[in-house]
Amino acid sequence: MHRQLLLATALALPVAATPAVAPNALEDAKQGGSMIVTYKDDVSTLDPAIGYDWQNWSMIKSLFDGLMDYAPGTTELIPDLAESYELSEDGLTYTFKLREGVKFHNGRELTADDVKWSIERTVRPETQSPGQGFFGMIAGFDEVAAGDAKELSGIEVLDPRTIRFTLSRPDATFLHVMAINFSFAVPKEEVEKYGQDFGNNPVGTGAYRMTDWTLGQHVVFERNPDYYREGLPKLDQITFEVGQEPLVALLRLQRGEVDILGDPIPPAKFLEVMDDPEWSDNVVEGGQLHTGYVTMNVKMPPFDNKLVRQAVNHAINKERIIRIVNGRAVPANQPLPPAMPGYAEDYQGYAYDPEKAKALLAEAGFGDGFDTELFAMNTDPNPRIAQAIQQDLAAIGIRAELKSLAQANVIAAGGQEDGAPMIWSGGMAWIADFPDPSNFYGPILSCGGAVPGGWNWAWYCNEELDAKAAEADAITDPAKQEERLQMWREIYLAIMEDAPWAPVFNEQRFTMKAERLGGPDTIFVDPVHIPVHYDYVYANDVQ
Amino acid sequence: MPLYIAKRLGQAVFILIGITLVTYVLLYLVPADPVRQIAGRSATAETVESIRRQLGLDLPLWQQYLRYLGNLLQGDLGRSYIQKTEVTTLILSRLPATLQLLAGAIVVELLIGLSAGIFAATRRGRASDRVVMVLSFAAVSAPQFVVGILLLYVFSVQLGWFPIGGYGTFSHLVLPAVTLGILGGGWYARMSRSSMIEVLGQDYIQTARAKGAAERRVVFVHAARNAALPVIAMIGLDIGIFMSGAVVVESVYGWPGIGQLAWQAIQRVDIPIIIGVTLVAACAIVLGNLLADLAAPFIDPRIKLR
Repeated sequence: MHRQLLLATALALPVAATPAVAPNALEDAKQGGSMIVTYKDDVSTLDPAIGYDWQNWSMIKSLFDGLMDYAPGTTELIPDLAESYELSEDGLTYTFKLREGVKFHNGRELTADDVKWSIERTVRPETQSPGQGFFGMIAGFDEVAAGDAKELSGIEVLDPRTIRFTLSRPDATFLHVMAINFSFAVPKEEVEKYGQDFGNNPVGTGAYRMTDWTLGQHVVFERNPDYYREGLPKLDQITFEVGQEPLVALLRLQRGEVDILGDPIPPAKFLEVMDDPEWSDNVVEGGQLHTGYVTMNVKMPPFDNKLVRQAVNHAINKERIIRIVNGRAVPANQPLPPAMPGYAEDYQGYAYDPEKAKALLAEAGFGDGFDTELFAMNTDPNPRIAQAIQQDLAAIGIRAELKSLAQANVIAAGGQEDGAPMIWSGGMAWIADFPDPSNFYGPILSCGGAVPGGWNWAWYCNEELDAKAAEADAITDPAKQEERLQMWREIYLAIMEDAPWAPVFNEQRFTMKAERLGGPDTIFVDPVHIPVHYDYVYANDVQ
Repeated sequence: MPLYIAKRLGQAVFILIGITLVTYVLLYLVPADPVRQIAGRSATAETVESIRRQLGLDLPLWQQYLRYLGNLLQGDLGRSYIQKTEVTTLILSRLPATLQLLAGAIVVELLIGLSAGIFAATRRGRASDRVVMVLSFAAVSAPQFVVGILLLYVFSVQLGWFPIGGYGTFSHLVLPAVTLGILGGGWYARMSRSSMIEVLGQDYIQTARAKGAAERRVVFVHAARNAALPVIAMIGLDIGIFMSGAVVVESVYGWPGIGQLAWQAIQRVDIPIIIGVTLVAACAIVLGNLLADLAAPFIDPRIKLR
C-alpha cells in the first residue's frame, strides 16, 4: 500500500488561490485593547460538543481548536492543531501530525490522546451531541453511537503527536468534519470535573479563555497568553453583553457604548442606517452560505406533479421579496448559495413568468388553480415574505392559506409526511455547517432526510441522486476535486429540474461595528466563523 | 393565625402539584419536539432517537411526569435541555433582578395609582377628575414596548439622564420600573378612585366630618385606609404576575430577569425551564395572595381570617 504524501499547502480545494497557511495577522496590527459585542439571547452553552447556534458557533471557535480550520474570511481549509497530514491512496486512512507546544487553558499540554477522547466524547450518546452524526465515516462509529463501546476503533494514537483515523468509507467531507466545532479538543480532566456544567466552564486551547460568565448578563473572554499562534488574538479582552434588544444595542453603538452588534440590524432601522452617511460605513456586507426557499411536499397532491412545482418556481417574484427585506439578499435560482464551491454559475433557473406558470398549471390539469396551505415562521419579516409569496401564487390561481406559526411548530409540521404542503423556510433556512456542497444535500434533500421528524420538508427522495451523491463524496483524491464538484453541480441541477424547491434568495449578512475596531472587512462577515472572527479583530486605539 | 397559615400553605402544595401536572401535559401535547430542537438540523435520525432516550423522553407520559415530580420534591428542577445548566441555577441567577424590578414596579404603581385615584375621588366630577381618568385609561392601553422604547429614547438616549438599558444600579432600575408601573398605576388609579368614592359616602365619614375632623384627616386617615383594601388585594396578584416575568420590559431594557429566561425557553421548547418558571410564578402568586389576605385584617379590623 503506497502512501501519498500530502503537505498541507497542497490541499487542493476549489478557489484555493490564497496560501493555505493561517496568517498570524491579516494586517500588521498591534495587540491590545478590548471590545464589547452585544447579543439578544443568553449564551446557551460553550461546550463544543453541544453548542450549535448562530451565536455560540464563533465564540466556541475562539475558545477551542480542532485539527483543521479555515483561513480567516474564507471557506478554505487549513491545518490548525495539525501541522500536516497524509492520506492513503485508498482514501481510507488519514494520519495527522500535531503541532508542538499547544496548551490547554489550564496549563496542560495537548496530546493526540486528547484529540481522540474529544471526538469519542461527541459520539457517545450520553453527551447528547447534535453533531454525533457527522462522524459516521469513522470506523467503529456504530458501536460507540449505540453505547456499546467507549472508544472508536478507527482512531489510533501512534505517539503523543501523531493520530491516525481509519474510515469505513472514503469521505470527501472528512477534513471539514475535522474542522467543525464538534471535533474540537477538550481536556478530559476538566470535563470530568465539571460534568454537565462544562458548557458553563469551558477550558480549551483557543486564542481566548473564558474568565467570567454572569448568567443572563455577560460573558468575558481574555487573551490566552500561551496561544500557539504568535500575535493572536489581537485584543486583550472581549465582553459579550447578552439580553440586549437589537434596537437598543444599535442606539448604544451609536453612543459609543458597544462595539459590535452580534445580531442583525433591526429591519426597521436598516434603511435609516444605510442612508445615514455617518453610520453607513460602519456596516460591513458579506455573503453567507445560506439559501431561503419554498419547499413543496412531493407526497401531497398536487405537488406530486412536477409541472405544478415548476409552475410555482415561475410564479415567484423574487425581486419584490428582496425589496421587502430592504435589499438584504440576492435572488437565488438553485439550492447552493453563490459562495459555495460547486455553485453553477451559468445556470439560468426558472425566470419569473406568471404566464408560463399558468400554462404549466393548465397542462397539469389545474387550469382553475387549487387550494393549499403555506407555512411560515411568525417572526418578522417572514410573515410578510409569505404574504408576498401567497400573492404571487394567487396570481396564477393557487389559493394558499397562510399558516404563520412558531418556529418549533413549523418544524414539526414539516417533519410530518402529510403535515405541510408548502413551507417558506425563512428563519429556519439552511445555512451550511461547513463549506461543502454535500452539506446542502443530506438532511434536506436526500432520502435519508425524508423521514418523520426529518428536515427534508419536500419529502423528496430520489434514489438515483442519492447514489450519485454517495459516489461524489467518495472522491477524496485532491486531484479529482473538480470532478467531484461537477458531479454535485449536476445533482443540484437535476434537483432543480424536478423542482421540489423554489429557491428564493440568498441572504446577505450585515455586521455593524464601531469605528474603533480594525481588521479587514472579511473577518466581520466571516462565512465560517460566523458572524465575526473574533481572533483577528484589533483595536484602532492601541495602534 | 398560625393555623390559618398552615391551612393555606397546605392548599398551596396541592395547587402547585396540580400546576406541574397541567403544565407537563400541555407541553407534551404541543406539536413541537424538544428533541429536534436539541439535536439541531444536521442530526441523523439515530442521533435524534439517541438523545430522546438519554433524556427519558421516550418513556410514556405518566412515567416521565412521575420522574419529574420525584425530582421536584427533592428540590431538583432538572437541567435545561439546550444549555444543560441546572434550572435552579438559571432561575436563581435571575431572581435578584426580577425581585428588584417587582419591588420598583409595585412602588411606582402604588405611588401613581393611589395618589391619582385618591386625588380624583376627592375632586369627583370636576375637570381634574376627568383628566386623571383619561390619563389612567391611556396608561392601561399603552403597549409596554412602545412606552419602554419611548422612555428609553427620550430619557436615556437624548437626555442622557439614565443609562441605556442594563442592570446594576438604581438609575438602571428607574425606567424599567416606571414602564412596568404605568400599566398597574392606571388600574390602581381607577380602582382606588371607585373604592375611595364609595368609602367617602359611608356613614362613618359623615360622622368624622360632623365631629369636626379636618378634611385632610378624614381623607387620609379614615377614608384612604379603607379605600386601599382592594388595591392591597391586587398587589398580591401583581406579585405573582411580575414574577412570571415582564418579558417585554426586560427585553427593551436588557433587564436580566426571569421573563427573558422564559421567553428564550419557550422559543426553544426547553421544557425543564418552562416548567420551572411556571412553578416559580405559581408559587409567587400563591404566596402573594396569602400575604395580601394576611395583611387585610390589619387594614380593616372587621375582616377575620377563616
